[in-house]
Amino acid sequence: MRKFETVEAVAAPLEMPNVDTDQIIPARFLWRARSDGYGDLLFNDIRSDSDGSRKPDFVLNRPAFAGAEVLVADRNFGCGSSREHAVWALADAGFRVAIAPSFGDIFFNNSFKNGFLPIVLPEARCNELRAALARNPGAKLVVDLEAQEVRGPVGVNDGFAIDHFEIDPFRRELLLAGMDDISFTLSQSETIGRFEDRYKAAMPWV
Amino acid sequence: MAGTLFDHIWDRHTIMVRPDGAVLLHVGRHLVHDGSRAGFKALAEKGLPVRHPERTFGTPDHYVSTHASTLEAIAEPHRREMVAALTENARASNVTLFDLGDVRQGIVHVIGPEQGITLPGLLMVCGDSHTATHGALGALAFGIGASEVSHVLATQTLWQSSRPKSMRVTVDGDLGPGVTPKDVILAIIAKISAAGGTGHVIEYAGSTFRNMSMEGRMTVCNMSIEAGARAGMVAPDETTFAYLKGRPYAPQGADWERAVAYWRGLVSAPDAVFDSEVYLDAAEIEPMASWGTSPENAAPVSGLIPDPAHAPDAERRGAIERALEYMGLKPGMRMEEIPINRVFIGSCTNSRIEDLRAAAEVARGRKAIIPALVVAGSGLVKQQAEAEGLDAIFKAAGFRWGEPGCSMCVGMNGDIVAEGEHCASTSNRNFVGRQGRGARTHLVSPAMAAAAAVTGRITDVRKLMAGGI
Ligand code: SF4
Repeated sequence: MRKFETVEAVAAPLEMPNVDTDQIIPARFLWRARSDGYGDLLFNDIRSDSDGSRKPDFVLNRPAFAGAEVLVADRNFGCGSSREHAVWALADAGFRVAIAPSFGDIFFNNSFKNGFLPIVLPEARCNELRAALARNPGAKLVVDLEAQEVRGPVGVNDGFAIDHFEIDPFRRELLLAGMDDISFTLSQSETIGRFEDRYKAAMPWV
Repeated sequence: MAGTLFDHIWDRHTIMVRPDGAVLLHVGRHLVHDGSRAGFKALAEKGLPVRHPERTFGTPDHYVSTHASTLEAIAEPHRREMVAALTENARASNVTLFDLGDVRQGIVHVIGPEQGITLPGLLMVCGDSHTATHGALGALAFGIGASEVSHVLATQTLWQSSRPKSMRVTVDGDLGPGVTPKDVILAIIAKISAAGGTGHVIEYAGSTFRNMSMEGRMTVCNMSIEAGARAGMVAPDETTFAYLKGRPYAPQGADWERAVAYWRGLVSAPDAVFDSEVYLDAAEIEPMASWGTSPENAAPVSGLIPDPAHAPDAERRGAIERALEYMGLKPGMRMEEIPINRVFIGSCTNSRIEDLRAAAEVARGRKAIIPALVVAGSGLVKQQAEAEGLDAIFKAAGFRWGEPGCSMCVGMNGDIVAEGEHCASTSNRNFVGRQGRGARTHLVSPAMAAAAAVTGRITDVRKLMAGGI
């Protein structure tokens, strides 16, 4: 997993509360191989018409937001069905951070497994940020995990603030080190090995 | 044993607790299926082997054809690739596979118990939400996500960010004629809501479950997730041991005696405290059917479709209105007025031998007046049903008799319900579009599904049992 270094990137505002994982990636695409990427399917049904043509007014279809790596969303982002593909679609489309007043639980947990950072900021600040980004299409935000700060929008004189965010210290370490759960668990092999010996002795039939 | 059954299994499988509170759990046995390709792929990319192939078991189910149990019968190339990838991954990593063409192939949650892979006291996982099914044997069984599948393959362990809470659902008494385990779980979900079990592991207790067959307990535990729960379980007892004895992957010989001695102790202590408790009276449960787009939208068959005007708040009023609009139903209609255009009997909820027997009992000597599909949960269930002549009963009644797999439960293999059609289905989810775009699912028991097939509407199966129709 790639190390999470400070992100300074275009931020896109998404003006919809309760975006569920079905909206992030519809179920009918789940057969696609992970290696083929899910980026082009991100928000498929809200981003495109049924004939597949992109809706020009959808935020991510606007040229100013091309290359966005930060998504600023509304409350309860990523609710609904537990599919991890939702995080993959965002990551594959180039996003590294989502900022929202709240997230769906499973989506939130899945994010860290994929080196994707979900940040909770107060609802009022999220609203301000989205408004400022909408007024200044293509403006950037700085996400500094080391300092636990979101700074911006930068480069425009509109709505700038430095926002502190909370993150579990252990998860922060893993992200900064670029260590995924598997690497961390494998580093605990000795403890696991000892556990397995005891387990096998107690339940030899497994 | 102190504490609850859940506490015991959780603690027994806890390897370590991380500074952030996350718990590393050991996985007793792991099940994979044809949707597990990404999990294997991520492992290969990291150059890691499967840590315990002897404790990993697989079978293709989601994408397989119900017309023939062969790879060639899967017409659509993407689906065929998913199944072929499982064969290849299992071979390359020495994982036990019940592949197409093997009579032991079937829905992953049917073959686990059937093969004796599922055992009391084990922590089990599978990359599928309905893994809770295995809790019927007194296992603690969770559904996991794709990254977690590769994590389990690589390490035989699983991280859980927090310890679930515990809930006990007690149902006492005898079920009336025509009332089945499916009706029990639909009644439980209707009572506690589709979010009622969120963050909890449910233990089902009381005489109704003690007197229930293993198959019935599996139906109940299967739908725990539809009540929002992480898992559902029933303490093992003589019914469990009798079911397991002699199954291929269950302990044998001296191990069997030792295992049963341990399993007998797997009960919640009399003074164990649950975070929440729910009670139902079995005598009050009727045959049920769902009318909306959430499993909690279910009502007794003698009842009425609710009127959103009577909903307790605006949010629920809106939810009922949207559900009725999607379902094309009117408030206050009698449940028995719901028209049915198609019937599906199958899925990990209701595709075991008892389910097929119950449906065949209703179909016997009658004629389906709408398309009806019966899909056994495994090759062995299908074989057993054929030995009992159930296939002949279904075919004579005009039902299609399919090859084992998930089929119309989710439609990933192409068995779908047409837009706008009402389908009486023995599966577990009636979400918008679950059985196909615009499909209208009505969750029912196998007997109720067979009744709907012969009448073309939701029908109280008790009337047919009395020979009325
Ligand atoms: S039968 Fe349905 S619910 Fe069960 S595993 Fe298959 S798709 Fe999932």
